[in-house]
Amino acid sequence: MHNFITYYLGTGIFGSLLSSLLPLLWILPYVLLCVWLELKVSAHMQDRLGPMRTGRWHGWAQPIADMLKLLQKEDVIPTAADKFLFVLAPILVFVGGYAAYAAIPFSPAFIGANLNVGIFYIIAVSAIVVIGILMAGWASNNKWSLLGAMRTAAQLVSYEIPASLAILAVVMVVGSLSLQDICDAQSGWLWNWMIFSKFPFMFITFFIYFVASLAEANRTPFDIPEAESELVAGYHTEYSGMRFAIFYLTEYSNMFVVSAIASILFFGGWNSPFGTFMSGPIWGVFWLLSKGMFFVFVQMWLRWTLPRFRVDQLMYLSWKVLTPFALVNIFAVGLWMVLRG
Amino acid sequence: MSLVSRYFRNVGKGIWTVLVGMKITMKHLFTPAVTIQYPDARMAIPERGRNRLYVNMDDCIGCKQCEMACPVDCIKIETAKALPTEDLGVTSTGQKKRLWVTQFDIDIAKCCYCGLCVPPCPTECIYMTNVYEFSEYDRKNLLYNYITLTPEEAEAKVKQAEDAEREAAAKKAAAAAAAAAQKAAQPAQASAPAAQPTASAPEKAAVNPNENKTNLKDPDLGRD
Repeated sequence: MHNFITYYLGTGIFGSLLSSLLPLLWILPYVLLCVWLELKVSAHMQDRLGPMRTGRWHGWAQPIADMLKLLQKEDVIPTAADKFLFVLAPILVFVGGYAAYAAIPFSPAFIGANLNVGIFYIIAVSAIVVIGILMAGWASNNKWSLLGAMRTAAQLVSYEIPASLAILAVVMVVGSLSLQDICDAQSGWLWNWMIFSKFPFMFITFFIYFVASLAEANRTPFDIPEAESELVAGYHTEYSGMRFAIFYLTEYSNMFVVSAIASILFFGGWNSPFGTFMSGPIWGVFWLLSKGMFFVFVQMWLRWTLPRFRVDQLMYLSWKVLTPFALVNIFAVGLWMVLRG
Repeated sequence: MSLVSRYFRNVGKGIWTVLVGMKITMKHLFTPAVTIQYPDARMAIPERGRNRLYVNMDDCIGCKQCEMACPVDCIKIETAKALPTEDLGVTSTGQKKRLWVTQFDIDIAKCCYCGLCVPPCPTECIYMTNVYEFSEYDRKNLLYNYITLTPEEAEAKVKQAEDAEREAAAKKAAAAAAAAAQKAAQPAQASAPAAQPTASAPEKAAVNPNENKTNLKDPDLGRD
């Protein structure tokens, strides 16, 4: 589709703009779906029903109603806030989350930019989110916001390390940073997926990456930046209306980014699990999205299973458990590569 | 236990307990919800549940037993005596009604749902129903008015009862005066005991409608 657009509209400003908006085609319906899914999953895990009225069938229109409400809300900027940074922060956060979509291969035929440093690029742009969050917390001039933002910064910086080390193990095995190459390397059947290679090291790698990615997406049990019961809403306490909606959108789109990366790195990305059956450019989109959605579901599942970590526990997990394990793991994978090829 | 083995045990336990927790939540994901869709579906009211009070005015004899029993004084009853010529009918339990109930207000906002007004009722006309959805935007709407008479009718009945009473009092006074006059007319007569019953006879007749009512109210009242 990207090629299709650039073919007809060229790579001029218009064609580039249009093709850069393509991921929104997925993100917006996905976020609406996810908001609804989160409500329903949380409700049913607690033996409740969740929204049942809006739109008649199981409250399917609830996220649409929520969105319309957010759009109509007054845009409040606190008097004591730093207005420039306050307005800039949600945009920066969104940009950080959205830019990652550029390098995600949705199918063998559709990738925004087939960079040869794809995964590195994604890690790099995701780091912008931290700046945006810190900016939001600082600009709000509110103690909850600032505390939340500082916690986010500490958390994200800590968890970037095990996540990167885990990704590095995959990169070592494939020998490329390009996500398209990583997908290609896993083509074939289910057992060609990265998670099953170099057993059990890739399994451990996946586990480390998944836990770290939860922390990077600020999901429970790592949601201390938002921690509604102690920090009101963390860094977006002061935000309302559209700006709050952007934070929300980014949180959910980040959930998908980390899930998509987990499925690309370890679960074959757009590869069909059944060899050539149901594979191809169109099926590729289906496989990647469904694998991504599965991990999004796992994130929700974990959220409604586990309570929030304490800050010291969070740091313990990152520095004393995940990082040493990731280091040993990467050493083991490297040794395997050297000895067995 | 050495520090290292404790560390690994801790990590293993951490992973294991997360998996146990995930198993539990997954199980609950597929258990039917315990909540119900309230306005569409309702839970059964407990058999002896006490909810909104209701008064069946057809059976009310105006004895004010419920008003007296109420610990929060949320029931207010006013009655007017019916004339001897008026027939108010009988209740479904067979008692004869002899009072016009000119006011029967229950301030359900004050009601504490203790149900103490229910057992004293001689005709079992005040009882707790299963209705529990009666919230209002204005508290004034929670003052329930049960009388079957219109305000004008009620006023008329009060006036009529007052008139009857005044009339009876006047008659009584007249009779007393007559008796006194009779007594004064024959002060020296030794046949005073003979004159006494004749004097009291009209008096008794005049009081009769009144007394009749209060008397008949009594058996109902004194039941408990």
